[in-house]
Amino acid sequence: MVIIETKALTYTYPGGTKPSIRDVSLSIEKGKFVILTGPSGCGKTTLCRCFNGLIPHFYGGELKGELRVAGLKVDEHPIYEMAKQVGLVFQNPENQLFALSVEKDVAFGLENLGMPRSEMKERVNWALQMTGIEELRERAPHELSGGQQQRVAIASVLAMQPEIMIFDEPTSFLDPLGAQKIFEVINELKNKLGVTVILVEHRLDLASKYADQVIIMDEGNIVLDGEPREIFNSETAWLLGVGVPKAVRLWNVLQENGLVLKGAPVSSEEATQFLREVLKR
Amino acid sequence: MIEVKGIYFTYPTGVEALKGVSLTIGDGEFVAVMGQNGAGKTTLVKHFNGLLKPAKGEVLVDGVSTRDVSVAKLARKVGFVFQNPDHQLFSETVEEEIAFALRNFGFDETTIEKRVTWALNLLDLTEYRKTSPFMLSGGERKRVALASILAWNPNVVILDEPTIGQDHRQKENLRQFIVQLNGQGKTVVVVTHDVEFVAECNPRVVLMTEGKVVADGEAKKILTDTTLTLTASIVPPQITQIFLGLKDLGLPFDVIDVSEARRILLDYLEGAKH
Repeated sequence: MVIIETKALTYTYPGGTKPSIRDVSLSIEKGKFVILTGPSGCGKTTLCRCFNGLIPHFYGGELKGELRVAGLKVDEHPIYEMAKQVGLVFQNPENQLFALSVEKDVAFGLENLGMPRSEMKERVNWALQMTGIEELRERAPHELSGGQQQRVAIASVLAMQPEIMIFDEPTSFLDPLGAQKIFEVINELKNKLGVTVILVEHRLDLASKYADQVIIMDEGNIVLDGEPREIFNSETAWLLGVGVPKAVRLWNVLQENGLVLKGAPVSSEEATQFLREVLKR
Repeated sequence: MIEVKGIYFTYPTGVEALKGVSLTIGDGEFVAVMGQNGAGKTTLVKHFNGLLKPAKGEVLVDGVSTRDVSVAKLARKVGFVFQNPDHQLFSETVEEEIAFALRNFGFDETTIEKRVTWALNLLDLTEYRKTSPFMLSGGERKRVALASILAWNPNVVILDEPTIGQDHRQKENLRQFIVQLNGQGKTVVVVTHDVEFVAECNPRVVLMTEGKVVADGEAKKILTDTTLTLTASIVPPQITQIFLGLKDLGLPFDVIDVSEARRILLDYLEGAKH
């Protein structure tokens, strides 16, 4: 089932001289893990703002083309309705957290929906459990490590049970091990709950192995859209200066030397496995 | 030369950020300070230009204790580029931002004009000369912050998390730029947890956990030591991970670089033929 669909979507910010995204047509299946990448200023963030209705409702400007998210025509539904379907997790968790305890932060969005107390408690417990931070419930968010804070931010969005979750470079402030754990949490949400994940990311080495679909943008256009293996191996990705994972780069240089592996590896585990087959021969 | 001798530092909140750190950074070295969030990396480098003074122990910059000179004077030698450029920028135009410190240091107007033009050029910011720094993108603001430091030509340049929010191409530019600075004899200290970036630069790595230095040496040695990386919440570079998975074939695993990886694999296959 298609959960996000755009046709010839073009958007210009108020006062903008040219469109920030132009003629974007894409289709995302429910329950998929999608990586959205491309050079700074390519329109990734603008596109995500369309998905949760901030564009056009908050930013104004001129939106042309078709946009359907979770069965809703975005321009016909206000932000608070879209917010129930599409959750957004920011780069820096500090910008998202503000309450005195983790539990209160996670409950905040639900309180705003006017949910009964007992149901709210259940939801909060569930969200804390899913993100592995039950033991932090009484702690103050600002006392936690960056990785823990980001999990609280994820839990507070997850508590709303959105169909789609957008993560905007969620690990750039985290150390690598913390980053890896966040990607694992995100992948579990996809696997266990069938949440559709859209990950905006520059650092592809850690995240690529989870992706079902990779979309690369440049100057407001979609230039590549497909399976990670074929995308990373394309010359366009390389020319655009996209941070192709090192495993793929190694595969490329080996190929230039006439060493043929099974395919472009999207993770170190896969690279090891493909190499093993060649080396043992 | 920066000599750190057994320093301790505790924040007013009671957090003990440094617990006895000693190290020496020679002139012209390129050092990456790595470690998990909250390990004390930024606290340590803030001691290098006297922004913070140790509670115990001392820091000597070219033989002089940071306790005995003002930050203003130290800044002439040691430039510090903050993680968040907004903590640093405040002027109305990019040009003014870069000229500000030069004026404070008492350079004459002709020199200031020359230096500003030079720094704008160096960081590809000339077209934004008259623009407000706050109209620029995050990546561009980071470059303005860097330009304003480089303009006064410090011997030591400290960069706190320079790769955050930079796309792949900007990172590659940054890497070449650092290599160039280092080639001119500048000491460069980078605080980062970007493992792939460090693997590409291969500097000396100072690894920290919980306010202490736990390892100090070549990037190639430290990033491929899984006991160390785990202690410091770091994941080895992807190339290393691949080779760790092939250890049983008798291949080396202290590999961080794509071209070295290629050579080892091709040699192995060549050897297997004979």
